[in-house]
Amino acid sequence: MKAVITVIGKDSMGIIAKVSAYCSEYKANILDISQTVLQDYFAMIMLVDIKEGEVNFGVFADGLDSLGKDNNLKIHAMHEDIFNSMHRI
Amino acid sequence: MLNTKDILETIEMIRTDHLDIRTVTMGISLMDCLSSDGAVFCDRIYDKITKKAKNLVPVCEEIERQYGIPIINKRISVTPVSLAGGNLGYDDFVRVARTLDRAAADMGVNFIGGFSALVQKGSTPAEDALIDSIPQALSETESVCSSVNVATTKAGINMDAVAKMGHIIKKTALLTADRDSIGCAKLVVFANAPDDNPFMAGAFHGVGEGDCVINVGVSGPGVVRSAVEKTRGASLSEVSEIIKKTAFKITRVGQLVARDASMRLEVPFGIVDLSLAPTPAIGDSVARILEEMGLECCGGCGTTAALALLNDAVKKGGVMASSHVGGLSGAFIPVSEDEGMINAVNKGCLCLEKLEAMTAVCSVGLDMIAVPGETNADVISALIADEISIGVVNSKTTAVRIIPAEGKKTGDIISFGGLLGDAPVMNINSSSPSAFIKRGGRIPAPLQSLKN
Repeated sequence: MKAVITVIGKDSMGIIAKVSAYCSEYKANILDISQTVLQDYFAMIMLVDIKEGEVNFGVFADGLDSLGKDNNLKIHAMHEDIFNSMHRI
Repeated sequence: MLNTKDILETIEMIRTDHLDIRTVTMGISLMDCLSSDGAVFCDRIYDKITKKAKNLVPVCEEIERQYGIPIINKRISVTPVSLAGGNLGYDDFVRVARTLDRAAADMGVNFIGGFSALVQKGSTPAEDALIDSIPQALSETESVCSSVNVATTKAGINMDAVAKMGHIIKKTALLTADRDSIGCAKLVVFANAPDDNPFMAGAFHGVGEGDCVINVGVSGPGVVRSAVEKTRGASLSEVSEIIKKTAFKITRVGQLVARDASMRLEVPFGIVDLSLAPTPAIGDSVARILEEMGLECCGGCGTTAALALLNDAVKKGGVMASSHVGGLSGAFIPVSEDEGMINAVNKGCLCLEKLEAMTAVCSVGLDMIAVPGETNADVISALIADEISIGVVNSKTTAVRIIPAEGKKTGDIISFGGLLGDAPVMNINSSSPSAFIKRGGRIPAPLQSLKN
């Protein structure tokens, strides 16, 4: 399955590295990545491919949530279908 | 890849504006549980419900995590018990209510609906017995919800049933007086009750439905308010456009969840109910949308017009987003469950008469309204008759969920907690309609019922 990871928060060093390292730990392949920095505000969006059956998505998402909390960021991982449903006809 | 702006918009809708799936409701037919023995009937319905719904809560939780969207309630609706238990009596029906409550608790669902009777034209002995048993059934159970359909546009209004419901509501309030008359929050009187409504307290699994079905109710007043906020100063045509777009997005999420839940549970998908259902949380209020459109306070002049615009735009936006739309579909205006409505009542800006006018242009009706405990049963019946007439004449669903809060007076506050919220006790016109109500009989179906 493809999931969208969003990272929002105050810009600091090594945010992408931390999230990418976490993804590789769960064998989540990064397909696309984009980031914007508006003043001090950092928003990164990552599209990843997760191997269903090998990785429990709930555990993966919870881990990202706590990674976010540890680094003062808001990190969410959601199935890409929710975005496709909402924004594409 | 998806547009960054779109992704962030979705995240904001969920995290900041309280977008959620209000309910995934599994409808279960009880028609194969029939028995002339109340105990056997109860065993059969317990077995059927627990078999069909055993994966409902775990599957909904999986979906919540996968899509990152909260599903607030998981519920069950069943065939109106007075139909499936067509040869049972008072005691049996109370026992059925306890069984439904036990099944709901064991399945981990929030509410179970269908302790219902459809008596728009007349009632069978079983329907009379079920209606009589409602006060006791609701006082002895936690999650059972009850509804009585007393009118349809086709059949007219059964005024005998309306008269009876005034007394049933009073008795329910009395029997649950120790808990601020909470029984009445789980009892709704309908006109034109839909067969596939996923929202409580009025959900039941209609007779035209299949064996088991998944219906989903979406929510999102906070998201709509936030969208309207961005149109300050713009014309109402633009407000309508932005509400339509927002309703489309909200409904698409409902459709996604409904399709996925139906696939995982291997149960057919029924409908998505396009309703704006508020919660007591700050920022999740229908009243605040109306105020955002430019009203100083909900309940003032202009409220009905603003609500009509909102209700229409929600339906227009949502209808293309789902393959099957049904249920109540429209804006809800429950007083106790809406922070903005409570505020408007407390300020003296919103009265019962204005709420009644508002129900002519939105879904449902006089919902979650507390009135003084001393209110006469005939006054309640007459209030029901008024509200039901609006539904019958306008070929729409209307309902009354009123709480004559035992021992409370106008201005007091009753508190149910959770989604049911807090209700300020409102003033009700107490001039006597007794002679009118005591006439009984039926108000004939209006001319618009003759469409053939």
